[in-house]
Amino acid sequence: MAALTSVGETPLDAPAKRPPGMQAGRRRRLNIFRYVVFTVFGAFFLLPLLAMLRFSLEGANLGTWSVTAWKQIASYQGSGIPPLISSIEITLELAVITCAVMLVLLVPTMIWVQLRVRWLARTIEFLCLLPLTIPAIVLVVGLAEIYDRLQRLTLSALMLFWVYVILALPYAYRALAAGLGAIDVKTLSEAARSLGASWFTVMVRVIAPNMRQGILNAVLLTWSLVLGEFTIAYLLLYNNLQVELYSISRNTPNAGVLFATSFAVLLFAFALLLILSYAGRRRGIRG
Amino acid sequence: MTSSPVTRTQDGAARTGVEVRMEELSRHYGPVVALDRLDLTLQPGELVALLGPSGCGKTTTLRLLAGLEDADSGRITVGGRDLTHVSAAKRDMGMVFQAYSLFPHMTVRQNVAFGLRLRKVGAAARDKRGLEMLDLVGLSTQADRYPHQLSGGQQQRVALARALAIEPQVLLLDEPLSALDAKVRAQLRDEIRRIQLEVGITTLFVTHDQEEALAIADRVGVMKEGRLEQLAPPTEVYSRPATPFVAEFVGLSNRLSGEVRGGSVIVRGCTLPLVEAATPDGQAVALVRPEAVTLAPHDTPESGPLAGTVIAVTFLGATSRVSVDLGDATVLAQLPTSEAATLPAGSRVTLTIRPDPVLVSADASPAAAGEDE
Repeated sequence: MAALTSVGETPLDAPAKRPPGMQAGRRRRLNIFRYVVFTVFGAFFLLPLLAMLRFSLEGANLGTWSVTAWKQIASYQGSGIPPLISSIEITLELAVITCAVMLVLLVPTMIWVQLRVRWLARTIEFLCLLPLTIPAIVLVVGLAEIYDRLQRLTLSALMLFWVYVILALPYAYRALAAGLGAIDVKTLSEAARSLGASWFTVMVRVIAPNMRQGILNAVLLTWSLVLGEFTIAYLLLYNNLQVELYSISRNTPNAGVLFATSFAVLLFAFALLLILSYAGRRRGIRG
Repeated sequence: MTSSPVTRTQDGAARTGVEVRMEELSRHYGPVVALDRLDLTLQPGELVALLGPSGCGKTTTLRLLAGLEDADSGRITVGGRDLTHVSAAKRDMGMVFQAYSLFPHMTVRQNVAFGLRLRKVGAAARDKRGLEMLDLVGLSTQADRYPHQLSGGQQQRVALARALAIEPQVLLLDEPLSALDAKVRAQLRDEIRRIQLEVGITTLFVTHDQEEALAIADRVGVMKEGRLEQLAPPTEVYSRPATPFVAEFVGLSNRLSGEVRGGSVIVRGCTLPLVEAATPDGQAVALVRPEAVTLAPHDTPESGPLAGTVIAVTFLGATSRVSVDLGDATVLAQLPTSEAATLPAGSRVTLTIRPDPVLVSADASPAAAGEDE
C-alpha cells in the first residue's frame, strides 16, 4: 500500500494515526464555538433580566441605586386598583388551586385510561390538546356566559381556576404522558394487583409515585402559565398579578415597582423550577 | 396458606399445596380463539410447565388463572374454591412476570413487604418475613437497594421473593427467565425449582423454552392453538409424544418416510416400534429423534438406503449434530463430539436407527427433515 502512495497522498490506513495536533486544534475550535454560542444565548436571556433588575434598583435620581421599589412591593397600591400584594396573593392561590385541580383531574384519568380503557386514549389526548388550537379570545367569548353567571355568585378572581385548568391541559397532559410512557404501567399494575392491591392503591401507591417527574413537570408548566396569564383575566375583568401590573403601568406609572415585582415573579418561577428539577432528579437517582 | 394435602415428589421431598383445576376454559380475542375449552388440573405442590409456540394460549391460561383476564366460559377452582369471578387482588396468587416488575420507587425490602403491607401485617412481622424471603433467594444483603441497582437475575429473584412473601396458594411464573442471559437463566431456573420444592407450592410455569420446561417441571403441558396437546412428565413428553406436533415441537425430529405394518413402521429397512400401536397400515412419515441415529464410517463406494455423506457438523458442546445426505433425504444425528470429530464433512457413513418407539405423522412430507425446535 505504501509503495503505491505518492508524495502528498494520505495512505489508506492513515486516518487512524492522525497527528495529535490536528485533533487538539479541532477540539479547540469546537470548544470556542461552544463558548460563543453559549455566551450569545446567555446574553440574549440574561441581558433583559439584568436590565429589569437594574431598573428595579434605580434610585430617585438617574444613575443612583435604591431598594425602595422592592420594599414597596408589599405595600404598593395604585389609584383605583387593589393593593399589589393582594393580586400577588390571589395569583399564587390561583396557581395552587389550578395545579391541584389539574392533578386531581388528569392524573387518575390518564392512569385509568392507560390501564383499563386504552381505546379512549386518543380521544382524551385530542380533548386535552384542543385548548392549544383555540385562541384565548375565542375561549373568552365562549366562557363569558358562564363567567357572567359565576360573577353573580362571587367576584373572586379565584374563579379563574376553571379556565386556567383548561388552558393548562395541553401542557400538563404532555408532561404526564411522558411520565406515564417512561414506566411499564401494565406490568406494574398487574404485579400490584396480584399482590392484593385495589385499583386505588395501584394508582396512588404504585403508578403515581413512579411518574413523579412527569407530575412535577406538569405542576411547573401549570404554575408558570398561571403566573404569566394576562389575556383571559383581563378580558373577563378579573384582577390577577399581570392585570394589576398592567393597571399600575397605565394609571400610576411606577417603573421601579413594576420591574421589581416582575423580576420577583420570575425569580420565584426559576426557584420553583430548580426545586422541582432537584426533587425529581433526587428521586430519579434513588429509584 | 390454607391447609392442604402433603404430596411427595419423585425425589422424595415433602410438599404442601392446593389443587388447581381449570375446566372447559375458553377465551376469544375477537375472531381469534386464544383458549379452546381447556381442561387442566395441577396436583397439590406440583410444578406444571406450559410449553408451546407464540400464540398457543399458554400465557392466556396463566392470566386467566391469575384473574388478570376474564374467561369467556369455563371454571377455575383452587383448593376447591371457585375463583372464576374473583378479582386478581383477591385470588391469593403470587406471580412473577416476564418483564421486570419491581416497583422502581421502592427498595428491595419495601417491594417484598408490599403485599404484606396490603394485608395489614405489622411492621416487625413484615420485616422479618421479608428478610426470610430474601434469604430464601439469597439476596438478604441487598435489602436496601433499589431495583435499578440490581442485575436482571437479581430483580427476578426479588420478584420471586415478593410473590412468595404473601404465602400465596399458587405461584404463577410467566416466562420469568426469558429476559436473562443463558448462564443466569440456568442458575435461576434451578433456584426456582429448589425454592418451589422447599416451599411446596403449586406452581404454573409458562415458557417457550423447552429445555427450561423439561428441566424443572413435574409435568409439561404442550399447547397448540388454545388446546392442550399433551400433559405428561417431561421424559414421557420427549420419548412418547402424544401427537406429531409434540414430537416436532419438543426436541428435533427427522421426518423419514416409511410403511406402517402390523403395529410397527419400516423405515429404510429398519423396523421401529410405534408409540401408537393401533396406527393403521400404510405409507407414513416416521418422526425419529436425532439421538436415535448412530453413524459409522462407510468406506465402500456402494450405496444403500442407510448409506450417505456427511454434509455438516454442528458443534454443540458435549455433543455435535451431524447432517447426513442420503440422496433423497437429509437426516440429523446427534453424537458425542469425540465421535462426531471422526466424521468430517464429505465422509461416507452408514446410519443405524435405534428401535425406540416412534410416532408417525399423517403429513407425508419427509423432505422437511424436522428442524422444528
